[in-house]
Amino acid sequence: MRCVLQPEVLVSALPSVPLVTLDDVLQRHSHDPTRLLQILIDAQEIEGWLPAPSLTRIAAALHIPRARVEGVAGFYSFLYTRPVGRYRVLFSDNITDRMLGNAELLDALCRKLWIEPGKVSEDGLVSVTTTSCTGLCDQGPAMLVNGRAIGQLNHRRINEIAELIRQQRPLDLWPAEYFSIDDNIRRRDALLDLDMPPGAALTAAIARGRDGWLAEMQASNLRGRGGAGFATAVKWASARNAPGAQKVIVCNADEGEPGTFKDRVLLNSFADLVFEGMALAAWAVGASEGFLYLRGEYRYLRPQLEAVLASRRQAGLLGTSILGAPGFDFDIQIHLGAGAYVCGEETALLESLEGKRGTPRIRPPFPVIKGYLGRPTVVNNVETLAKTCLVALEGGEAFAATGTAQSAGTKLLSISGDCAAPGIYEYPFGVPIARILEDCGASDTQAVQVGGASGMCLASYEFQRRIAYEDVPTAGAFMIFDGTRDLFDVARAFVHFFAHESCGFCTPCRVGTALLKGFMDKLADGHGAKADLTDIDWLDRLLKNASHCGLGSAAPNPVIDTLQKFRPAYERRLVSLDFEPAFDLDAALAEARQLTARDDPGAHLKTHEEEEK
Amino acid sequence: MTKQFLLDGQPVPFEDGQTILEAARIAGHYIPSLCWHKDFAPHGSCKLCIVKAAGRHVSACATPAKEGWEVESNSPEMNGERRGLLQMLFVEGNHFCPSCEKSGNCELQALGYEYEMLTSRFRHFYPDRPVDASHPDVLLDFNRCIFCELCVRASRDVDGKSVFALTGRGIDKHLVVNAESGRLADTDFAKDDLAANICPVGVILHKREGFAVPIGERTYDNATIRSKKLKESSS
Repeated sequence: MRCVLQPEVLVSALPSVPLVTLDDVLQRHSHDPTRLLQILIDAQEIEGWLPAPSLTRIAAALHIPRARVEGVAGFYSFLYTRPVGRYRVLFSDNITDRMLGNAELLDALCRKLWIEPGKVSEDGLVSVTTTSCTGLCDQGPAMLVNGRAIGQLNHRRINEIAELIRQQRPLDLWPAEYFSIDDNIRRRDALLDLDMPPGAALTAAIARGRDGWLAEMQASNLRGRGGAGFATAVKWASARNAPGAQKVIVCNADEGEPGTFKDRVLLNSFADLVFEGMALAAWAVGASEGFLYLRGEYRYLRPQLEAVLASRRQAGLLGTSILGAPGFDFDIQIHLGAGAYVCGEETALLESLEGKRGTPRIRPPFPVIKGYLGRPTVVNNVETLAKTCLVALEGGEAFAATGTAQSAGTKLLSISGDCAAPGIYEYPFGVPIARILEDCGASDTQAVQVGGASGMCLASYEFQRRIAYEDVPTAGAFMIFDGTRDLFDVARAFVHFFAHESCGFCTPCRVGTALLKGFMDKLADGHGAKADLTDIDWLDRLLKNASHCGLGSAAPNPVIDTLQKFRPAYERRLVSLDFEPAFDLDAALAEARQLTARDDPGAHLKTHEEEEK
Repeated sequence: MTKQFLLDGQPVPFEDGQTILEAARIAGHYIPSLCWHKDFAPHGSCKLCIVKAAGRHVSACATPAKEGWEVESNSPEMNGERRGLLQMLFVEGNHFCPSCEKSGNCELQALGYEYEMLTSRFRHFYPDRPVDASHPDVLLDFNRCIFCELCVRASRDVDGKSVFALTGRGIDKHLVVNAESGRLADTDFAKDDLAANICPVGVILHKREGFAVPIGERTYDNATIRSKKLKESSS
């Protein structure tokens, strides 16, 4: 059967969004400049990118300088000020995707579509490139097509996707199983076993009164699950005692740490617990407004999250006088991120919530004193908020009795990499690394990266260490590397990640991550010398000491750990014991070879390796 | 009794709310800076004012002084880090001092001398940053931008024009002007704006004023940036 494609059909390659105009978008957001990021995200739906005249119109409509709009549009990876394909394919590029062969699949797709990675096809149909970890490490390699996630990529699937794109089939008509994302929950404990009717925790907390509820939280010793481990009750009490009305609760669902995906599962299947946790925080703090800051990569979860919010409003669990408690008015709205890891840092997140570039603020003042729009603001991780339901239901002391002395309760781990059963594992704090490796079916394990790119790389002699704030703290990522993996490649992937995600505000992080990337590439290209390791050491220290925020100070972690524990992986790449230039004469001729369509031996200069042979 | 902290072993008095950098300079101790300006709120991006306070690295420009603190600033370690930061600023842009109109008046160059930066140490990035010569009175040479945002802040907070903003991210961050064309000529920028006269390096240059003062007789040719800045703070 032949089918003539109408222009409307072409446009609907975008996810099923009704055709709207820029005025509609501006109207929807009440011409509010603090919603600039949300406006840009929605405005981009119109043409798939943000042409310069659109930015001018948005600036005029919001009465803000155009340069500010351009500044924000240029900050986020998922906002485009140059045309992209109508099908925008982004391969997740975490180390776990790489281990599962994402590079080969990307090449295959590009070959089938006759395009170069990172460039738009001549007809504007498709563009293919990479993006930072999309949080599907347990079911990779993964990609996002126009914001919708597809996991378990293989050559068969890539062939089918190439065909669907060539046929310009709207995404809604692609096989539904492509878009089915698994929770892969492998081990349940207190939280994942909880079967709580919506409102039960709130009822219990309201019955205790605001003070009584905060006292329970204090007794629970619950600490932030985002990695830093700050006492949740202390944060809540500070915000509650801070001067200023209209306090704010923010749920940090900007789960960007490579290898972490537990918040995705909580939002997918336990959203009621998360929203209930936000209301519990609001009850303790006296907040009236809540935001869920959802990372752009999880945008596909938004419709179902909105549905949960709607049913909670229906049930009187959000809105005015929640559960009949006078003065307990609280509602939640969802704000989208647009591809910026740094927005997981709480002050950068607040800037982003205010519609600005995600640049971390100077602290103090801390968000609990001056946060969103200068108001006292609590920013909590998704898992932290969900856990407060347990405290409300079972009491603070019962919660504090689990886990270890300094780490009460359980921790969700996102396990990926070389193991038989990747997925979500919930353990009481204090579980040894070795036990986790056994449970997930890992063998011949060389190293484990705990806490994501910014976390720790543990070698086999450390597998008796335990997951706990006092030993191995983690936001939840747990990536396993067996004996066949090269830890230098792992560190290099993370260094590339940080260089890509640096916001560029401070000198050490902006330049330092780029320099570090250059050194790692130099080693990978076989031009390394001992002097480079000295420079890497020095850069590591400066990044750690001088950076403005946690991104910069964590950026050298993967290199520091692997240099210390897997030094041979670096040393075998060195060609000289003193100095070796990074400049590669043969590589510099690549453009000339491309122009002349030559790649024969005569078009190459002799390289080191050949000389040695 | 006035409060005080110790800077490299020397007592420095301060008033509540004063930052380490402000108090130090008033007391006659130089802590270097590029993005800090006495008329603006601390920015904290260049990190040249990095000091060790009570064992922790902090930006002196953004950290309120605390009674009894021991602050390390003028030490081989801290100055080594500063030299490294200067080298980073030099390699990420395109800085050719001998041919730069700002030579001798440039704070980046002056700090390079002050901290004995003898080489650029790292690989140069050689970014492609086209010059904007569209404006009748002012030339923008983005090659020298160090992202201190003083022009951004001056134009927004004092001139009320918001001519400048930063866009991009990470090493691709760059300055843009408030016009769809991207040209300074299409903004309401004027050569008497504070923003036109605040750049610590050679990005924002006035046309037809080149080399009015010969090289060799300029601000930092005659005196070190250390002594100049301390003089400003004491006046």
